[in-house]
Amino acid sequence: MEAFVQLNGLVAPLDRANVDTDAIIPKQFLKSIKRSGFGPNAFDEWRYLDHGEPGMDNSKRPLNPDFVLNQARYQGARILLTRENFGCGSSREHAPWALEDFGFKVVIASSFADIFFNNCFKNGMLPIVLSAEIVDSIFNQVDASVGYKLNVDLNAQTVTTPNGEVYPFEVDAVRKHNLLNGLDEIGLTMQQQDKIKVFEAQHKQAQPWLFN
Amino acid sequence: MVAKTLYDKLFDSHVVTEENGTAMIYIDRHLVHEVTSPQAFEGLRLAGRKLWRISSIVATADHNTPTNGWDKGLSGIADPVSRLQIETLTENINEFGAKAYFPFMDSRQGIVHVVGPEQGATLPGMTVVCGDSHTSTHGAFGALAHGIGTSEVEHVMATQCLMQKKSKNMQVLVNGVLGKGVTAKDVALAIIAKTGTAGGTGFAIEFAGSAILALSMEGRMTLCNMAIEAGARAGMIAVDDTTIEYVKGRPFSPKAEQWDAAVAYWKTLHSDDGAVFDTVVTLDATLIQPQVTWGTSPEMVVGVDGKVPSLDLAKNEVQRADWERAYAYMDLKPNTPIDEINIDKVFIGSCTNSRIEDLRAAAAVAKGKHVAASVKLAMVVPGSGLVKAQAEREGLDKIFIAAGFEWREPGCSMCLAMNADRLEPGERCASTSNRNFEGRQGQGGRTHLVSPEMAAAAAVAGHFVDIRQFV
Repeated sequence: MEAFVQLNGLVAPLDRANVDTDAIIPKQFLKSIKRSGFGPNAFDEWRYLDHGEPGMDNSKRPLNPDFVLNQARYQGARILLTRENFGCGSSREHAPWALEDFGFKVVIASSFADIFFNNCFKNGMLPIVLSAEIVDSIFNQVDASVGYKLNVDLNAQTVTTPNGEVYPFEVDAVRKHNLLNGLDEIGLTMQQQDKIKVFEAQHKQAQPWLFN
Repeated sequence: MVAKTLYDKLFDSHVVTEENGTAMIYIDRHLVHEVTSPQAFEGLRLAGRKLWRISSIVATADHNTPTNGWDKGLSGIADPVSRLQIETLTENINEFGAKAYFPFMDSRQGIVHVVGPEQGATLPGMTVVCGDSHTSTHGAFGALAHGIGTSEVEHVMATQCLMQKKSKNMQVLVNGVLGKGVTAKDVALAIIAKTGTAGGTGFAIEFAGSAILALSMEGRMTLCNMAIEAGARAGMIAVDDTTIEYVKGRPFSPKAEQWDAAVAYWKTLHSDDGAVFDTVVTLDATLIQPQVTWGTSPEMVVGVDGKVPSLDLAKNEVQRADWERAYAYMDLKPNTPIDEINIDKVFIGSCTNSRIEDLRAAAAVAKGKHVAASVKLAMVVPGSGLVKAQAEREGLDKIFIAAGFEWREPGCSMCLAMNADRLEPGERCASTSNRNFEGRQGQGGRTHLVSPEMAAAAAVAGHFVDIRQFV
């Protein structure tokens, strides 16, 4: 997995609550057996005026001029700013794959759905929870200032605005360590395989029917 | 001894190691389907890894399989991308192995959350994972079950473990007797109306109370299935005689002396007296009405005798904006009575409501009646091949067909509309599935979530009707 340490990135505002993973990447793109290439179809139903299907040349499709991520000022955004309960619904990891492939490394919201939140960390992405008031304030700042960037420092656990305001955020210690170092989590767990084997043997003795 | 919740017991009994508040927990059952597994198998292949324990894997194809044209076999799948995904699952299982695999068109194939329990592959006390958020369904058995992403699918395949932070405990207590025509689906939606779709985030929910214990296993699965729609990854219900009776005699259930030992253990799978929950939500079962969602989130729901709510009822600006978008997407005006909403299509199926009891309930409503002329399509999609066969033995298929419903082959179908079953833009559907998100059942489609009884009644009337007054 790619490490995430620090990022100074353009912010794109998606001013909606409860953005679900069906909206982030519609189901027809889940037919793919690959884990890359979902970026052009991120937010497909909001982003394009026509109906998207796998295999289409997305560069030739009509863009929805009203969708915020299509606006010129947000091209090249690396940080997505959004509202509460982002990523609710399906567990599809295609959602963070699509956002990452689109260019986002950080998502800031007042809350996230659990499975999406967890999936982000597996893909070198950092989901950040800030209070609804701070999120609101950042929305206003983004709106007021073209080219608005935030500086995100995972080590320091801070988000810094262009004015120098610093917002601290929480992150689980294990996730932080793995993300900072871009660690292969399966490899880490494999290092503890002796413990897994001991547990498994005891578990099998206690509940042999689980191993039939 | 400290009094423990059911969730505490299930979690604690699977901890391999714990460090800095993150536990490594052991996974007993791994359910696999075609959509969220190919990248995980590919990851194993690239790293030269194997499955840690083949006997933990039960696999089937469900999300992307067609529900008609089975006489043509795989070549009947018109979309080559879909066909490749279904074939890839077979190739991966052939290469890596599984305890059981029910491929496309096998007589036991079906929705993974229907197949697991009916095979006895889901047992009380288990940790169950699957790359699907509705894995919470299996918590109905007193199991710890939740959805995971594809990276974690690969992690469990390779190590049999997951890194987990323990959730907080929520108890949802529903006491009293449900009224006639009020189902587990209505209980689930009424709970979400109260908690919101994010109310359960960070929690594991235990459903308890006399109304819950009175539910059949099918009803309990419907309820736990929807825990994720309340934001909780896992929902669960204590083991009782209803649980044990359901599990008994299934193909993968323990037999002989193992059965007795298992039952003795399973009977300990309940929250202890005095166990402390971080939060408790209570509902009075007698007040729950048949529910109908009106918007684009399961929390946008009212009783069937209600109306689409007006903006002055929104709790804040964010919700006002959400509701305004939902009115526009759903093409509904505030204060529209629910029973005046006309529908174009009906979908009876999904991991929420496609089990035999759901089909019996829908058939009882449809019997001797006919789908309204204004309804373009009413389809019944059994949850599995075995559910379909059982329904046909009971003559339910004939009742549905005589009433003008289409009787399809098993699969996820129009719940997520990955296969050819979908809504066209603007079409309005009475659906027994679990999500009414924008575009969920097809781009531009409008979904109203209801129980099987309510869906069948809506099919006959052409609009929503109160099942309690529907004769």
